[in-house]
Amino acid sequence: MQNQNDDIRAALLRKSRSSKLERRGKFISWLCIAIIVVVVFAIFGFVAYRGLSTFFGTKVTLWNFLSKTAWAPGTTDASGVPKVGALPMIVGSFGVTLLSALLATPFAIGAAIFMTEISPRWGGKILQPVIDLLVGIPSVVYGFIGLSVVVPLIRHVFGGTGFGILAGTFVLFVMILPTVTSMTVSALRAVPRNYRQASLALGATRWQTIYKVVLRAATPGILTGIVFGMARAFGEALAVQMVIGNAALLPQNLISPASTLTSVLTSGIGNTVMGSLENNALWSLALLLLLMSLAFNLITRWIGKRGAMK
Amino acid sequence: MAEEIITAKDVRLKYGDFEALHGIDLSFRKNEITAMIGPSGCGKSTFLRCLNRMNDLIDGVTITGDMRLEGKDIYAPDTDAVELRKQVGMVFQQPIPFPFSIYDNVVYGLRVAGVKDRGTLDAAVEKSLRQAALWDEVKDKLHDSALGLSGGQQQRVAIARVLATQPEVILMDEPTSALDPIAATLIENMLLELRSDYTIIIVTHSMHQASRISDRTAFFLQGNLVEFAPTKTIFMNPQKKETEDYISGRFG
Repeated sequence: MQNQNDDIRAALLRKSRSSKLERRGKFISWLCIAIIVVVVFAIFGFVAYRGLSTFFGTKVTLWNFLSKTAWAPGTTDASGVPKVGALPMIVGSFGVTLLSALLATPFAIGAAIFMTEISPRWGGKILQPVIDLLVGIPSVVYGFIGLSVVVPLIRHVFGGTGFGILAGTFVLFVMILPTVTSMTVSALRAVPRNYRQASLALGATRWQTIYKVVLRAATPGILTGIVFGMARAFGEALAVQMVIGNAALLPQNLISPASTLTSVLTSGIGNTVMGSLENNALWSLALLLLLMSLAFNLITRWIGKRGAMK
Repeated sequence: MAEEIITAKDVRLKYGDFEALHGIDLSFRKNEITAMIGPSGCGKSTFLRCLNRMNDLIDGVTITGDMRLEGKDIYAPDTDAVELRKQVGMVFQQPIPFPFSIYDNVVYGLRVAGVKDRGTLDAAVEKSLRQAALWDEVKDKLHDSALGLSGGQQQRVAIARVLATQPEVILMDEPTSALDPIAATLIENMLLELRSDYTIIIVTHSMHQASRISDRTAFFLQGNLVEFAPTKTIFMNPQKKETEDYISGRFG
Protein backbone atom coordinates (compact mmCIF):
# COMPACT_ATOMS: atom_id res chain seq x y z
CA MET A 1 0.00 0.00 0.00
CA GLN A 2 2.70 2.45 1.06
CA ASN A 3 4.71 1.50 -1.95
CA GLN A 4 1.79 2.08 -4.28
CA ASN A 5 1.21 5.57 -2.84
CA ASP A 6 4.84 6.49 -3.41
CA ASP A 7 4.52 5.44 -7.00
CA ILE A 8 1.48 7.65 -7.50
CA ARG A 9 3.21 10.61 -5.83
CA ALA A 10 6.24 10.20 -8.03
CA ALA A 11 4.11 9.98 -11.14
CA LEU A 12 2.23 13.16 -10.20
CA LEU A 13 5.36 15.15 -9.36
CA ARG A 14 7.12 14.21 -12.57
CA LYS A 15 6.72 16.63 -15.45
CA SER A 16 4.20 15.10 -17.79
CA ARG A 17 4.57 15.00 -21.54
CA SER A 18 1.78 17.48 -22.05
CA SER A 19 3.21 20.02 -19.61
CA LYS A 20 6.54 19.85 -21.43
CA LEU A 21 4.70 20.38 -24.71
CA GLU A 22 2.88 23.33 -23.20
CA ARG A 23 6.17 24.96 -22.16
CA ARG A 24 7.69 24.36 -25.54
CA GLY A 25 4.65 25.88 -27.29
CA LYS A 26 4.76 28.92 -25.04
CA PHE A 27 8.46 29.38 -25.71
CA ILE A 28 7.97 29.24 -29.47
CA SER A 29 5.16 31.79 -29.48
CA TRP A 30 7.12 34.13 -27.19
CA LEU A 31 10.10 33.82 -29.47
CA CYS A 32 8.04 34.69 -32.54
CA ILE A 33 6.57 37.75 -30.82
CA ALA A 34 10.01 38.82 -29.63
CA ILE A 35 11.40 38.59 -33.17
CA ILE A 36 8.55 40.68 -34.56
CA VAL A 37 9.00 43.32 -31.85
CA VAL A 38 12.76 43.43 -32.45
CA VAL A 39 12.26 43.79 -36.21
CA VAL A 40 9.76 46.60 -35.80
CA PHE A 41 11.98 48.47 -33.37
CA ALA A 42 15.00 47.90 -35.57
CA ILE A 43 13.21 49.42 -38.53
CA PHE A 44 12.12 52.39 -36.46
CA GLY A 45 15.63 52.78 -35.08
CA PHE A 46 17.28 52.58 -38.46
CA VAL A 47 14.90 55.00 -40.18
CA ALA A 48 15.10 57.40 -37.23
CA TYR A 49 18.90 57.25 -37.14
CA ARG A 50 19.23 57.91 -40.86
CA GLY A 51 16.42 60.40 -40.99
CA LEU A 52 17.65 62.43 -38.02
CA SER A 53 21.24 62.63 -39.21
CA THR A 54 20.02 65.19 -41.77
CA PHE A 55 19.63 67.56 -38.85
CA PHE A 56 22.83 66.87 -36.94
CA GLY A 57 26.18 68.27 -38.09
CA THR A 58 24.49 70.19 -40.89
CA LYS A 59 22.88 73.60 -41.06
CA VAL A 60 19.47 72.06 -41.72
CA THR A 61 16.91 72.63 -39.02
CA LEU A 62 13.65 70.78 -38.54
CA TRP A 63 11.79 73.97 -39.30
CA ASN A 64 13.72 74.33 -42.58
CA PHE A 65 12.80 70.79 -43.48
CA LEU A 66 9.11 71.27 -42.80
CA SER A 67 8.61 74.77 -44.17
CA LYS A 68 11.02 75.40 -47.08
CA THR A 69 9.82 74.70 -50.57
CA ALA A 70 13.07 74.09 -52.43
CA TRP A 71 14.05 70.44 -52.68
CA ALA A 72 17.55 69.79 -54.09
CA PRO A 73 19.53 68.17 -51.30
CA GLY A 74 22.79 68.23 -53.25
CA THR A 75 22.86 71.98 -53.56
CA THR A 76 22.85 74.84 -51.06
CA ASP A 77 21.00 78.12 -51.04
CA ALA A 78 22.53 81.62 -50.76
CA SER A 79 23.27 81.24 -47.04
CA GLY A 80 24.91 77.86 -47.49
CA VAL A 81 22.04 75.73 -46.12
CA PRO A 82 21.32 72.60 -48.16
CA LYS A 83 17.98 72.77 -49.98
CA VAL A 84 15.93 70.18 -48.17
CA GLY A 85 12.54 71.87 -48.03
CA ALA A 86 10.00 69.04 -47.86
CA LEU A 87 6.91 71.22 -47.84
CA PRO A 88 5.97 70.47 -51.49
CA MET A 89 5.94 66.75 -50.79
CA ILE A 90 4.10 67.17 -47.50
CA VAL A 91 1.47 69.28 -49.23
CA GLY A 92 1.31 66.77 -52.08
CA SER A 93 0.91 63.77 -49.78
CA PHE A 94 -1.74 65.37 -47.59
CA GLY A 95 -3.44 66.83 -50.66
CA VAL A 96 -3.97 63.53 -52.46
CA THR A 97 -4.80 61.74 -49.20
CA LEU A 98 -7.44 64.16 -47.96
CA LEU A 99 -8.99 64.74 -51.37
CA SER A 100 -9.23 61.05 -52.21
CA ALA A 101 -10.70 60.27 -48.77
CA LEU A 102 -13.17 63.14 -49.20
CA LEU A 103 -14.17 61.77 -52.59
CA ALA A 104 -14.29 58.12 -51.55
CA THR A 105 -16.27 58.52 -48.32
CA PRO A 106 -19.70 59.34 -49.78
CA PHE A 107 -19.36 56.62 -52.41
CA ALA A 108 -18.24 54.09 -49.81
CA ILE A 109 -21.08 54.92 -47.42
CA GLY A 110 -23.59 54.82 -50.25
CA ALA A 111 -22.36 51.47 -51.49
CA ALA A 112 -22.25 50.06 -47.97
CA ILE A 113 -25.80 51.18 -47.22
CA PHE A 114 -26.95 49.56 -50.44
CA MET A 115 -25.18 46.33 -49.57
CA THR A 116 -26.37 46.06 -45.99
CA GLU A 117 -29.69 47.87 -45.75
CA ILE A 118 -31.28 48.12 -49.16
CA SER A 119 -30.34 44.99 -51.02
CA PRO A 120 -28.31 42.55 -48.91
CA ARG A 121 -28.85 39.78 -51.44
CA TRP A 122 -27.38 41.70 -54.38
CA GLY A 123 -24.78 43.20 -52.13
CA GLY A 124 -23.59 39.85 -50.92
CA LYS A 125 -23.69 38.11 -54.28
CA ILE A 126 -22.28 40.70 -56.64
CA LEU A 127 -20.84 43.73 -54.90
CA GLN A 128 -18.87 41.89 -52.23
CA PRO A 129 -16.84 39.81 -54.72
CA VAL A 130 -16.25 42.91 -56.85
CA ILE A 131 -14.90 44.78 -53.85
CA ASP A 132 -12.69 41.87 -52.84
CA LEU A 133 -11.36 41.79 -56.39
CA LEU A 134 -10.65 45.52 -56.38
CA VAL A 135 -8.59 45.14 -53.19
CA GLY A 136 -6.46 42.50 -54.85
CA ILE A 137 -5.52 44.42 -57.99
CA PRO A 138 -1.81 45.38 -57.84
CA SER A 139 -1.18 49.11 -57.53
CA VAL A 140 0.92 49.18 -60.71
CA VAL A 141 -2.23 48.30 -62.65
CA TYR A 142 -4.10 51.19 -61.10
CA GLY A 143 -1.14 53.44 -61.87
CA PHE A 144 -1.02 52.26 -65.46
CA ILE A 145 -4.74 52.87 -65.96
CA GLY A 146 -4.28 56.28 -64.37
CA LEU A 147 -1.43 57.05 -66.72
CA SER A 148 -3.19 55.93 -69.88
CA VAL A 149 -6.77 57.02 -69.10
CA VAL A 150 -7.01 59.54 -66.26
CA VAL A 151 -4.02 61.72 -67.16
CA PRO A 152 -5.02 62.16 -70.85
CA LEU A 153 -8.59 62.84 -69.77
CA ILE A 154 -7.54 65.58 -67.37
CA ARG A 155 -5.21 67.00 -70.02
CA HIS A 156 -8.11 67.04 -72.44
CA VAL A 157 -10.60 68.65 -70.08
CA PHE A 158 -8.46 71.07 -68.05
CA GLY A 159 -5.39 71.54 -70.22
CA GLY A 160 -1.82 71.40 -68.92
CA THR A 161 0.08 68.15 -68.75
CA GLY A 162 -2.63 66.20 -66.96
CA PHE A 163 -0.19 65.09 -64.29
CA GLY A 164 -0.82 66.40 -60.80
CA ILE A 165 -2.75 66.11 -57.58
CA LEU A 166 -6.08 65.69 -59.36
CA ALA A 167 -4.85 62.63 -61.27
CA GLY A 168 -3.35 61.23 -58.07
CA THR A 169 -6.61 61.84 -56.26
CA PHE A 170 -8.64 59.94 -58.85
CA VAL A 171 -6.29 56.95 -58.84
CA LEU A 172 -6.19 56.82 -55.04
CA PHE A 173 -9.95 57.26 -54.89
CA VAL A 174 -10.41 54.03 -56.83
CA MET A 175 -7.73 52.32 -54.76
CA ILE A 176 -9.08 53.18 -51.32
CA LEU A 177 -12.76 52.92 -52.20
CA PRO A 178 -12.92 49.13 -51.66
CA THR A 179 -11.06 49.39 -48.35
CA VAL A 180 -13.33 52.08 -46.99
CA THR A 181 -16.43 50.37 -48.38
CA SER A 182 -15.75 46.97 -46.89
CA MET A 183 -14.90 48.48 -43.49
CA THR A 184 -18.08 50.54 -43.62
CA VAL A 185 -20.03 47.40 -44.50
CA SER A 186 -18.61 45.62 -41.44
CA ALA A 187 -19.44 48.63 -39.28
CA LEU A 188 -23.04 48.69 -40.53
CA ARG A 189 -23.43 44.93 -40.13
CA ALA A 190 -22.22 45.23 -36.54
CA VAL A 191 -25.17 47.48 -35.69
CA PRO A 192 -27.64 45.23 -33.85
CA ARG A 193 -30.63 44.19 -35.96
CA ASN A 194 -33.06 45.15 -33.26
CA TYR A 195 -31.99 48.83 -33.39
CA ARG A 196 -33.65 48.89 -36.79
CA GLN A 197 -36.78 47.19 -35.46
CA ALA A 198 -37.01 49.52 -32.49
CA SER A 199 -36.64 52.53 -34.75
CA LEU A 200 -39.27 51.34 -37.23
CA ALA A 201 -41.64 50.50 -34.38
CA LEU A 202 -41.42 54.13 -33.25
CA GLY A 203 -42.78 55.27 -36.59
CA ALA A 204 -39.50 56.05 -38.30
CA THR A 205 -39.21 55.46 -42.03
CA ARG A 206 -36.54 53.17 -43.40
CA TRP A 207 -34.43 56.12 -44.45
CA GLN A 208 -34.77 57.83 -41.06
CA THR A 209 -33.76 54.56 -39.45
CA ILE A 210 -30.67 54.33 -41.63
CA TYR A 211 -29.35 57.80 -41.10
CA LYS A 212 -30.54 58.52 -37.56
CA VAL A 213 -29.79 55.18 -35.96
CA VAL A 214 -27.72 52.85 -38.12
CA LEU A 215 -25.22 55.38 -39.44
CA ARG A 216 -24.99 57.10 -36.08
CA ALA A 217 -24.33 53.84 -34.26
CA ALA A 218 -21.79 52.83 -36.89
CA THR A 219 -19.93 56.16 -36.92
CA PRO A 220 -16.82 54.99 -35.02
CA GLY A 221 -16.47 52.02 -37.38
CA ILE A 222 -16.97 54.18 -40.46
CA LEU A 223 -14.41 56.72 -39.24
CA THR A 224 -11.95 53.90 -38.65
CA GLY A 225 -12.52 52.77 -42.23
CA ILE A 226 -11.90 56.26 -43.56
CA VAL A 227 -8.68 56.62 -41.57
CA PHE A 228 -7.57 53.20 -42.82
CA GLY A 229 -8.21 54.37 -46.36
CA MET A 230 -6.25 57.54 -45.68
CA ALA A 231 -3.35 55.52 -44.31
CA ARG A 232 -3.35 53.46 -47.46
CA ALA A 233 -3.52 56.55 -49.67
CA PHE A 234 -0.74 58.25 -47.72
CA GLY A 235 1.56 55.29 -48.06
CA GLU A 236 0.81 54.39 -51.66
CA ALA A 237 3.90 55.01 -53.80
CA LEU A 238 3.88 53.39 -57.20
CA ALA A 239 0.47 54.29 -58.60
CA VAL A 240 0.77 57.87 -57.37
CA GLN A 241 4.27 58.23 -58.73
CA MET A 242 3.01 57.26 -62.18
CA VAL A 243 0.41 60.04 -62.40
CA ILE A 244 1.46 62.91 -60.16
CA GLY A 245 4.22 64.38 -62.36
CA ASN A 246 7.12 64.06 -59.90
CA ALA A 247 8.07 67.71 -59.76
CA ALA A 248 9.23 68.68 -56.28
CA LEU A 249 7.42 71.99 -56.49
CA LEU A 250 4.75 73.43 -54.32
CA PRO A 251 1.59 72.63 -56.31
CA GLN A 252 -0.02 75.77 -57.72
CA ASN A 253 -3.30 74.05 -58.47
CA LEU A 254 -4.72 70.55 -58.73
CA ILE A 255 -3.43 69.95 -62.24
CA SER A 256 0.13 71.21 -61.93
CA PRO A 257 2.81 68.52 -61.61
CA ALA A 258 3.56 67.78 -57.98
CA SER A 259 5.07 65.05 -55.84
CA THR A 260 4.42 63.17 -52.64
CA LEU A 261 6.74 61.89 -49.92
CA THR A 262 6.50 58.41 -51.39
CA SER A 263 6.99 59.40 -55.01
CA VAL A 264 10.18 61.36 -54.20
CA LEU A 265 11.42 58.46 -52.11
CA THR A 266 10.91 55.79 -54.74
CA SER A 267 12.35 57.85 -57.56
CA GLY A 268 15.30 59.15 -55.52
CA ILE A 269 16.50 56.40 -53.24
CA GLY A 270 18.37 54.47 -55.95
CA ASN A 271 20.24 57.52 -57.20
CA THR A 272 21.92 58.63 -53.99
CA VAL A 273 24.95 57.43 -52.07
CA MET A 274 24.34 55.96 -48.63
CA GLY A 275 25.51 58.32 -45.90
CA SER A 276 25.41 61.45 -48.06
CA LEU A 277 23.10 64.31 -47.23
CA GLU A 278 21.04 63.56 -50.35
CA ASN A 279 20.46 60.09 -49.03
CA ASN A 280 19.80 61.18 -45.45
CA ALA A 281 17.26 63.75 -46.61
CA LEU A 282 15.30 60.94 -48.24
CA TRP A 283 15.44 59.02 -44.98
CA SER A 284 13.99 62.06 -43.28
CA LEU A 285 11.06 61.84 -45.65
CA ALA A 286 10.76 58.15 -44.80
CA LEU A 287 10.77 58.99 -41.09
CA LEU A 288 7.98 61.47 -41.67
CA LEU A 289 6.01 58.79 -43.51
CA LEU A 290 6.56 56.32 -40.71
CA LEU A 291 5.44 58.81 -38.08
CA MET A 292 2.35 59.61 -40.11
CA SER A 293 1.36 55.97 -40.44
CA LEU A 294 1.92 55.63 -36.70
CA ALA A 295 -0.38 58.62 -36.24
CA PHE A 296 -3.05 57.04 -38.47
CA ASN A 297 -2.74 53.87 -36.43
CA LEU A 298 -3.16 55.72 -33.15
CA ILE A 299 -6.15 57.63 -34.52
CA THR A 300 -7.97 54.41 -35.42
CA ARG A 301 -7.24 52.99 -31.97
CA TRP A 302 -8.46 56.15 -30.33
CA ILE A 303 -11.68 56.11 -32.38
CA GLY A 304 -12.20 52.46 -31.53
CA LYS A 305 -11.81 53.14 -27.82
CA ARG A 306 -14.13 56.12 -27.86
CA GLY A 307 -16.71 54.12 -29.77
CA ALA A 308 -16.48 51.24 -27.32
CA MET A 309 -16.94 53.43 -24.27
CA LYS A 310 -20.39 54.66 -25.28
CA MET B 1 -65.38 51.13 -21.52
CA ALA B 2 -66.73 48.72 -24.07
CA GLU B 3 -65.42 50.55 -27.11
CA GLU B 4 -63.29 48.25 -29.21
CA ILE B 5 -60.17 49.91 -30.57
CA ILE B 6 -58.64 46.98 -32.45
CA THR B 7 -60.59 44.19 -34.04
CA ALA B 8 -59.12 41.14 -35.74
CA LYS B 9 -61.10 38.61 -37.73
CA ASP B 10 -59.85 35.32 -39.11
CA VAL B 11 -56.19 36.36 -39.05
CA ARG B 12 -53.97 33.78 -40.70
CA LEU B 13 -50.22 34.12 -41.05
CA LYS B 14 -47.86 31.97 -43.06
CA TYR B 15 -44.09 31.82 -43.03
CA GLY B 16 -43.63 30.43 -46.54
CA ASP B 17 -45.79 27.29 -46.46
CA PHE B 18 -45.96 27.00 -42.70
CA GLU B 19 -49.13 28.41 -41.19
CA ALA B 20 -48.31 29.92 -37.80
CA LEU B 21 -51.71 31.49 -37.03
CA HIS B 22 -54.85 29.55 -37.92
CA GLY B 23 -57.54 32.17 -38.03
CA ILE B 24 -57.55 34.35 -34.92
CA ASP B 25 -60.61 36.38 -33.92
CA LEU B 26 -59.75 38.80 -31.18
CA SER B 27 -60.68 42.34 -30.29
CA PHE B 28 -59.20 44.73 -27.80
CA ARG B 29 -61.07 47.29 -25.79
CA LYS B 30 -59.97 50.85 -25.26
CA ASN B 31 -58.23 51.66 -21.97
CA GLU B 32 -57.89 48.07 -20.97
CA ILE B 33 -54.87 45.89 -20.48
CA THR B 34 -55.16 42.69 -22.46
CA ALA B 35 -52.70 39.91 -21.72
CA MET B 36 -51.81 37.21 -24.22
CA ILE B 37 -50.47 34.05 -22.67
CA GLY B 38 -49.47 30.63 -23.94
CA PRO B 39 -46.45 28.37 -24.31
CA SER B 40 -43.47 29.38 -26.47
CA GLY B 41 -44.20 29.12 -30.18
CA CYS B 42 -47.96 29.38 -29.73
CA GLY B 43 -48.16 32.44 -31.97
CA LYS B 44 -48.94 35.13 -29.39
CA SER B 45 -45.90 37.27 -30.26
CA THR B 46 -46.47 36.69 -33.95
CA PHE B 47 -50.04 37.90 -33.56
CA LEU B 48 -48.87 40.92 -31.57
CA ARG B 49 -46.45 41.85 -34.34
CA CYS B 50 -49.29 41.75 -36.89
CA LEU B 51 -50.96 44.63 -35.09
CA ASN B 52 -48.27 47.18 -36.00
CA ARG B 53 -47.18 45.37 -39.16
CA MET B 54 -43.74 44.47 -37.83
CA ASN B 55 -44.09 41.15 -39.63
CA ASP B 56 -43.89 43.08 -42.91
CA LEU B 57 -40.15 43.24 -42.30
CA ILE B 58 -39.74 39.46 -42.51
CA ASP B 59 -39.38 37.90 -45.96
CA GLY B 60 -41.91 35.31 -47.02
CA VAL B 61 -44.67 36.23 -44.57
CA THR B 62 -48.23 36.33 -45.86
CA ILE B 63 -51.05 37.63 -43.70
CA THR B 64 -54.74 37.29 -44.48
CA GLY B 65 -57.82 38.29 -42.55
CA ASP B 66 -59.25 41.56 -41.40
CA MET B 67 -57.54 43.75 -38.81
CA ARG B 68 -58.81 47.17 -37.98
CA LEU B 69 -57.63 50.02 -35.79
CA GLU B 70 -60.60 52.24 -34.93
CA GLY B 71 -62.35 50.91 -38.02
CA LYS B 72 -59.45 51.56 -40.41
CA ASP B 73 -58.09 48.49 -42.16
CA ILE B 74 -54.52 48.00 -40.92
CA TYR B 75 -53.53 46.05 -44.03
CA ALA B 76 -55.30 48.19 -46.63
CA PRO B 77 -53.00 49.11 -49.52
CA ASP B 78 -53.33 52.80 -48.70
CA THR B 79 -52.53 52.35 -45.02
CA ASP B 80 -49.09 53.72 -44.31
CA ALA B 81 -47.20 51.36 -42.01
CA VAL B 82 -45.10 54.27 -40.76
CA GLU B 83 -48.20 56.23 -39.73
CA LEU B 84 -49.73 53.10 -38.23
CA ARG B 85 -46.70 52.53 -36.02
CA LYS B 86 -47.01 56.07 -34.70
CA GLN B 87 -50.45 55.10 -33.38
CA VAL B 88 -49.53 51.58 -32.31
CA GLY B 89 -46.27 51.72 -30.36
CA MET B 90 -44.25 48.71 -29.36
CA VAL B 91 -41.97 47.71 -26.49
CA PHE B 92 -39.75 44.69 -27.02
CA GLN B 93 -38.46 42.01 -24.70
CA GLN B 94 -34.97 43.50 -24.82
CA PRO B 95 -34.84 47.21 -23.90
CA ILE B 96 -32.85 48.15 -27.05
CA PRO B 97 -31.76 51.65 -26.05
CA PHE B 98 -30.18 53.47 -28.98
CA PRO B 99 -26.54 54.40 -28.32
CA PHE B 100 -27.52 58.02 -27.69
CA SER B 101 -28.26 60.06 -24.60
CA ILE B 102 -31.38 59.34 -22.56
CA TYR B 103 -32.88 62.58 -23.86
CA ASP B 104 -32.23 61.72 -27.50
CA ASN B 105 -33.68 58.25 -26.97
CA VAL B 106 -36.93 59.58 -25.54
CA VAL B 107 -37.46 62.22 -28.22
CA TYR B 108 -36.50 59.91 -31.09
CA GLY B 109 -40.09 59.18 -32.12
CA LEU B 110 -40.98 62.88 -31.98
CA ARG B 111 -37.92 63.90 -33.97
CA VAL B 112 -38.64 61.42 -36.76
CA ALA B 113 -42.18 62.80 -36.79
CA GLY B 114 -40.66 66.21 -37.48
CA VAL B 115 -40.97 67.90 -34.07
CA LYS B 116 -38.08 70.37 -33.70
CA ASP B 117 -39.28 72.83 -31.08
CA ARG B 118 -36.99 72.54 -28.06
CA GLY B 119 -39.74 73.40 -25.56
CA THR B 120 -42.08 70.72 -26.89
CA LEU B 121 -39.31 68.13 -26.78
CA ASP B 122 -38.24 69.09 -23.25
CA ALA B 123 -41.82 68.88 -22.02
CA ALA B 124 -42.34 65.51 -23.69
CA VAL B 125 -39.16 64.13 -22.12
CA GLU B 126 -40.22 65.11 -18.62
CA LYS B 127 -43.80 63.94 -19.05
CA SER B 128 -42.96 60.56 -20.54
CA LEU B 129 -40.12 59.85 -18.12
CA ARG B 130 -42.48 60.70 -15.24
CA GLN B 131 -45.11 58.37 -16.67
CA ALA B 132 -42.45 55.69 -17.01
CA ALA B 133 -41.49 56.20 -13.33
CA LEU B 134 -37.93 57.05 -14.29
CA TRP B 135 -37.79 60.83 -14.06
CA ASP B 136 -36.43 61.04 -10.50
CA GLU B 137 -33.66 58.59 -11.26
CA VAL B 138 -32.38 60.23 -14.46
CA LYS B 139 -33.42 63.91 -14.32
CA ASP B 140 -29.84 64.99 -13.56
CA LYS B 141 -28.24 62.93 -16.29
CA LEU B 142 -30.56 63.26 -19.25
CA HIS B 143 -27.61 63.85 -21.55
CA ASP B 144 -25.68 60.78 -20.43
CA SER B 145 -25.69 57.72 -22.65
CA ALA B 146 -28.69 55.46 -22.16
CA LEU B 147 -26.36 52.48 -22.40
CA GLY B 148 -25.04 53.33 -18.93
CA LEU B 149 -28.39 52.56 -17.27
CA SER B 150 -29.41 49.30 -15.65
CA GLY B 151 -31.60 46.84 -17.55
CA GLY B 152 -34.75 47.89 -15.72
CA GLN B 153 -34.01 51.58 -16.30
CA GLN B 154 -33.28 50.90 -19.98
CA GLN B 155 -36.64 49.18 -20.37
CA ARG B 156 -38.35 52.17 -18.79
CA VAL B 157 -36.48 54.43 -21.26
CA ALA B 158 -37.85 52.21 -24.02
CA ILE B 159 -41.36 52.63 -22.60
CA ALA B 160 -40.89 56.40 -22.21
CA ARG B 161 -39.71 56.49 -25.81
CA VAL B 162 -43.00 54.97 -26.92
CA LEU B 163 -45.09 57.13 -24.58
CA ALA B 164 -43.48 60.30 -25.95
CA THR B 165 -45.07 59.65 -29.34
CA GLN B 166 -48.49 59.37 -27.65
CA PRO B 167 -49.77 56.30 -29.44
CA GLU B 168 -53.32 54.99 -29.08
CA VAL B 169 -52.20 51.47 -28.37
CA ILE B 170 -49.00 50.10 -26.83
CA LEU B 171 -47.91 46.58 -27.71
CA MET B 172 -45.57 44.91 -25.26
CA ASP B 173 -43.71 41.74 -26.09
CA GLU B 174 -42.64 40.20 -22.77
CA PRO B 175 -41.42 43.57 -21.51
CA THR B 176 -40.30 42.33 -18.09
CA SER B 177 -38.95 38.87 -18.83
CA ALA B 178 -35.35 40.12 -19.02
CA LEU B 179 -35.66 42.05 -15.74
CA ASP B 180 -35.38 41.26 -12.06
CA PRO B 181 -38.61 41.02 -10.01
CA ILE B 182 -38.26 44.49 -8.48
CA ALA B 183 -37.85 46.19 -11.84
CA ALA B 184 -40.70 44.07 -13.19
CA THR B 185 -43.04 45.12 -10.36
CA LEU B 186 -42.15 48.76 -10.99
CA ILE B 187 -43.13 48.39 -14.64
CA GLU B 188 -46.32 46.50 -13.79
CA ASN B 189 -47.43 49.29 -11.45
CA MET B 190 -46.63 51.80 -14.14
CA LEU B 191 -48.78 49.94 -16.66
CA LEU B 192 -51.74 50.07 -14.27
CA GLU B 193 -51.33 53.85 -14.11
CA LEU B 194 -51.05 54.14 -17.87
CA ARG B 195 -54.26 52.23 -18.47
CA SER B 196 -56.36 55.37 -18.15
CA ASP B 197 -54.64 56.97 -21.14
CA TYR B 198 -53.65 54.05 -23.32
CA THR B 199 -54.76 50.68 -24.53
CA ILE B 200 -52.15 48.11 -23.64
CA ILE B 201 -51.68 44.68 -25.17
CA ILE B 202 -49.04 42.62 -23.41
CA VAL B 203 -47.55 39.26 -24.25
CA THR B 204 -46.25 37.57 -21.14
CA HIS B 205 -44.91 34.26 -19.97
CA SER B 206 -45.69 35.09 -16.37
CA MET B 207 -49.17 34.01 -15.42
CA HIS B 208 -48.86 35.98 -12.21
CA GLN B 209 -48.18 39.07 -14.24
CA ALA B 210 -51.20 38.43 -16.45
CA SER B 211 -53.45 37.90 -13.44
CA ARG B 212 -52.11 40.95 -11.59
CA ILE B 213 -52.39 43.58 -14.27
CA SER B 214 -54.67 42.54 -17.09
CA ASP B 215 -58.39 43.11 -17.54
CA ARG B 216 -58.75 40.38 -20.11
CA THR B 217 -56.62 37.44 -21.01
CA ALA B 218 -56.27 35.56 -24.27
CA PHE B 219 -54.84 32.05 -24.19
CA PHE B 220 -53.03 30.88 -27.34
CA LEU B 221 -52.02 27.35 -28.19
CA GLN B 222 -50.35 26.11 -31.36
CA GLY B 223 -51.46 29.01 -33.49
CA ASN B 224 -55.04 29.01 -32.22
CA LEU B 225 -56.85 31.28 -29.82
CA VAL B 226 -58.21 28.82 -27.27
CA GLU B 227 -59.95 31.10 -24.88
CA PHE B 228 -60.47 34.83 -24.45
CA ALA B 229 -62.28 36.15 -21.43
CA PRO B 230 -62.00 38.53 -18.47
CA THR B 231 -58.83 37.66 -16.60
CA LYS B 232 -60.74 36.56 -13.51
CA THR B 233 -62.73 34.03 -15.51
CA ILE B 234 -59.63 32.65 -17.23
CA PHE B 235 -57.80 32.10 -13.96
CA MET B 236 -60.69 31.18 -11.64
CA ASN B 237 -63.08 29.44 -13.94
CA PRO B 238 -61.61 28.53 -17.33
CA GLN B 239 -64.06 27.07 -19.81
CA LYS B 240 -61.61 24.96 -21.80
CA LYS B 241 -59.59 22.07 -20.51
CA GLU B 242 -56.38 23.23 -22.27
CA THR B 243 -56.61 26.58 -20.52
CA GLU B 244 -57.05 24.95 -17.15
CA ASP B 245 -54.12 22.60 -17.80
CA TYR B 246 -51.89 25.47 -18.83
CA ILE B 247 -52.65 27.85 -15.99
CA SER B 248 -52.35 25.08 -13.43
CA GLY B 249 -48.92 24.26 -14.83
CA ARG B 250 -49.66 20.85 -16.26
CA PHE B 251 -47.90 21.67 -19.54
CA GLY B 252 -46.09 24.47 -21.35
